[in-house]
Amino acid sequence: MYSLDYHDHGTPPTDGTPVTLTIDGAEVTVPAGTSVMRAAAAAGGAIPKLCATDTLQAFGSCRVCLVEIEGQRGYPASCTTLVAPGMKVKTDSERLQKLRQGVVELYMSDHPDTDVAGERSELRQVAKKLGLTTTTRYGKDGHTHLEACKDESNPYFSFDPAACIVCSRCVRACNEVQGTFALTVEGRGFESKIVASQDDGFKESECVSCGACVESCPTGALTEKSMARVGQPIEEVKTTCAYCGVGCSFVAEMKGEEVVRMVPDRDGGANRGHACVKGRFAYGYATHEDRIVRPMIRAKITDPWREVSWEEAFTHAASEFRRIQARYGRFSVGGITSSRCTNEEAFLVQKLVRAALGTNNVDTCARVCHSPTGYGLKSTIGESAGTQNFDSVMQSDVIIVVGANPTDGHPVFGSRMKRRLREGAKLIVADPREIDLVRSPHIQADYHLQLRPGTNVALFNSIAHVIVTEGLVNEKFVAERCEPAPFQKWRDFVAQPKNSPEAMEAVTGVPARHVRQAARLYATGGNGAIYYGLGVTEHSQGSTMVMCIANLAMATGNLGREGVGVNPLRGQNNVQGSCDMGSFPHELAGYRHISDATTRGQFDREWGVTLDAEPGLRIPNMIEAAVDGSFKALYIEGEDPAQSDPNTQHVTAGLAAMECVIVQDLFLNESAKYAHIFFPGSSFLEKDGTFTNAERRIQRVRKVMEPLAGLADWEVTVQFAKALGYEMNYSHPSEIMDEIARLMPTFTSVSYDKLDEEGSIQWPCNEQAPHGTPTMHIGEFVRGKGRFFVTEYVPTDEKVNARFPLILTTGRILSQYNVGAQTRRTPNVEWHDEDRLDIHPHDAEDRGIRDGDWVGIASRAGTTVLRAVVSDKVQPGVVYTTFHFPWSGANVITTENSDWATNCPEYKVTAVQVTKVQQPSEWQKRFAEQDRQQQQLLQSARATARG
Amino acid sequence: MNIEHLVGMANDIGNFFDAEYGTQESPASIALHISRYWDPRMRAQIIAHVTQGGEGLSPTALAAVRTLPAPPVR
Repeated sequence: MYSLDYHDHGTPPTDGTPVTLTIDGAEVTVPAGTSVMRAAAAAGGAIPKLCATDTLQAFGSCRVCLVEIEGQRGYPASCTTLVAPGMKVKTDSERLQKLRQGVVELYMSDHPDTDVAGERSELRQVAKKLGLTTTTRYGKDGHTHLEACKDESNPYFSFDPAACIVCSRCVRACNEVQGTFALTVEGRGFESKIVASQDDGFKESECVSCGACVESCPTGALTEKSMARVGQPIEEVKTTCAYCGVGCSFVAEMKGEEVVRMVPDRDGGANRGHACVKGRFAYGYATHEDRIVRPMIRAKITDPWREVSWEEAFTHAASEFRRIQARYGRFSVGGITSSRCTNEEAFLVQKLVRAALGTNNVDTCARVCHSPTGYGLKSTIGESAGTQNFDSVMQSDVIIVVGANPTDGHPVFGSRMKRRLREGAKLIVADPREIDLVRSPHIQADYHLQLRPGTNVALFNSIAHVIVTEGLVNEKFVAERCEPAPFQKWRDFVAQPKNSPEAMEAVTGVPARHVRQAARLYATGGNGAIYYGLGVTEHSQGSTMVMCIANLAMATGNLGREGVGVNPLRGQNNVQGSCDMGSFPHELAGYRHISDATTRGQFDREWGVTLDAEPGLRIPNMIEAAVDGSFKALYIEGEDPAQSDPNTQHVTAGLAAMECVIVQDLFLNESAKYAHIFFPGSSFLEKDGTFTNAERRIQRVRKVMEPLAGLADWEVTVQFAKALGYEMNYSHPSEIMDEIARLMPTFTSVSYDKLDEEGSIQWPCNEQAPHGTPTMHIGEFVRGKGRFFVTEYVPTDEKVNARFPLILTTGRILSQYNVGAQTRRTPNVEWHDEDRLDIHPHDAEDRGIRDGDWVGIASRAGTTVLRAVVSDKVQPGVVYTTFHFPWSGANVITTENSDWATNCPEYKVTAVQVTKVQQPSEWQKRFAEQDRQQQQLLQSARATARG
Repeated sequence: MNIEHLVGMANDIGNFFDAEYGTQESPASIALHISRYWDPRMRAQIIAHVTQGGEGLSPTALAAVRTLPAPPVR
């Protein structure tokens, strides 16, 4: 079922030359290749239909959309009949009416009298339009499907075969839009029915619960369970998903203050009407009973919490921060902005730290994911951002996916990429694991370069070696667009025999011939695009590897047009935005260094302060300084370093050493267990603002319900600043954006009015690009000439040895999201309720480990225990886990090794040993006890407040 | 802060710039990187370490730290 106001044109748009025809006596001009159905819609009519919809290719099965065409015999289906010059079409006549009635009457004779979709069922609407009621001349006494069993296995939607007309829209949505091919029509004739996988039921099947089938169903056979629970929506509000960096636009269908459905926006520039199981369904965390909606304070982290008024919380917080600054110095405090919060909120937190607290000790969780992207891309091409929009992939001929798993981490973009691959684009996957893109229905990677973790730079240098030594450099592009001397230095470097695929094979484990073939394909196969994720950045050479990628794209001329580019897939919804907003300690909004007096002066004047000219502490530096005793207070908004940052025991020691930790969050997260003050946060449903996705697309977040705690996050920061004696005068986040636009050259023309008008804007958006910039670096790089860098491979210090012979690497899974604070509080746990350790059958056999066994994973940093999954998706010598559950302790094992340029942790390479065990690790036992105590301290606050 | 950690970070920075500029010219870039990205207390600590001999620092990282001006007191 589509969103309330969606106007379906019946079949997809085309872009052919104009064709003029006549429909019901009126002339209409449409592109060649358009269906008669779509042409009729363009002319203002609406031919009755059931199996057709404009997100799917025409199918022609329901026989409802029949028309009469002058000079043609019979009654062709308007969805599968293309327009022709001079064609004369009649969409309504007594004969057509009778034919349609006959078809629909048969459908209705085998259809329940009532269903959840009600009047929004397309079948009921068509029946009504044709003058049919639920009672037909056939009755329902014959053989029907009305007693068929419902499939209620999926937690979010149900399938009622009785209401199904087997139009195949769901099957085609699964194939064409999602690309999973989980559904099929089983049986023939009257026995035909829709089944998932081998009739396994939706939940146990290959279905990924993206919901595309549910949305496309015209009869209400597939419906969201929330519709049955809450009822029909009354109004709708357009907003933006708060999960991954794809940034899907959604229509929130509301009934009062309750969300009935989240429907992906067909006009959404990022998602084009598609969604995943998280964005479409897993929003229930926003109203979960674990939400904390009253401010709380306590003197020590072993004390019970005490619920207080907002006023008391702000006064106390300000008093503590000022006390600590008076005693330990101005620079003993800091803050962390969140990539889960809005641009405006990130901007305000860094403003509070810099302007109200007078220090640059501010950082963001992007530190631990994509900070190397900022450094590497700024150095080489001049801007800390991806170069393309998502649509660009549809023009790509060769796609490299390195260190990313789009079908799990960025599923909506993953589906788009799969669509392009099904159209014939070539695929090179560089990943230690066999991710789904390597082999899945109708997808087969041309090359899977299954490298050893930690050898990215070695692999990409050897790819560059092939391109340079085999004469595959795009000399014209390089001569016109890049600095000649650094290019020559790079060319000489990568051409050295030590960088050849043959020499590097011993390092990377990738057969040299595959490297050579993949390099040739990328360099000569047409438009080459590189997509990468945290498997690139979260290494000791993360920044070097980003430069490797940029070098490769420049050398082959794969920048500055559609279909190519360097594309970081951002982890969280607003990683790009939080970085843009000046969250890093060394730079102000717009990636301008804090030492630049001109930029600083601009901010000084706007904010009425004199900013410090020195870079502040990064998150790992803050933790280390806290352990050391020189850093005493931290304001954390929407971030959970105690779970997400490496070497958990070191992080928690740092937090425990501070005198005042403020956590602003929806839940009592792991860091909040070390907090002295808790500010209740607000979900994306409770506030206005903007997110900026991985393609630099700024999109509006719109409030659909009042903040449960009374204040939106941006208001909390404003009030905290005020309590610190620094006034921030905003009555609405739009005014914050106006300030951002005044201060950031790439945002000069951005405003809420413009966002409302255009839907979304990709920065830069200024006088030179008033409608934004979908593709960057056209004609010239942002820095002028592109800059090659020599990227020497330096092996990580994290070495395997006899004590720690395996390499652990980490990643995400489709149904869960990062630290899991949101998705763990939704039915998504039905698919993934614990983190597990993937281990290769050889390594498992060596250790006597069987599938499902408890195994201890020990590293130089710590030990934890997980259940084993014996899987050949990982190579021998490599083990893999996700990190969505705090009690798993994935980051108890990871070390403090980090990227040389940015201190982004090396999550992806940890030397470990794995052994079969019988009980949790000592850390897990301590964690369980501490968790029990902290939950009790929380409950006591609630009990006291209730009186 | 842990001086061994700071030494390791400085050496890692050195590894990158040594490759790009060669060991004769790299100290200037290493020093610039440290100045632009390290908090003054970190710089003060590595400078103090160098005054005591700079154990563990690579030659270029050592040369770079020697050129760093005294940072403001934190």
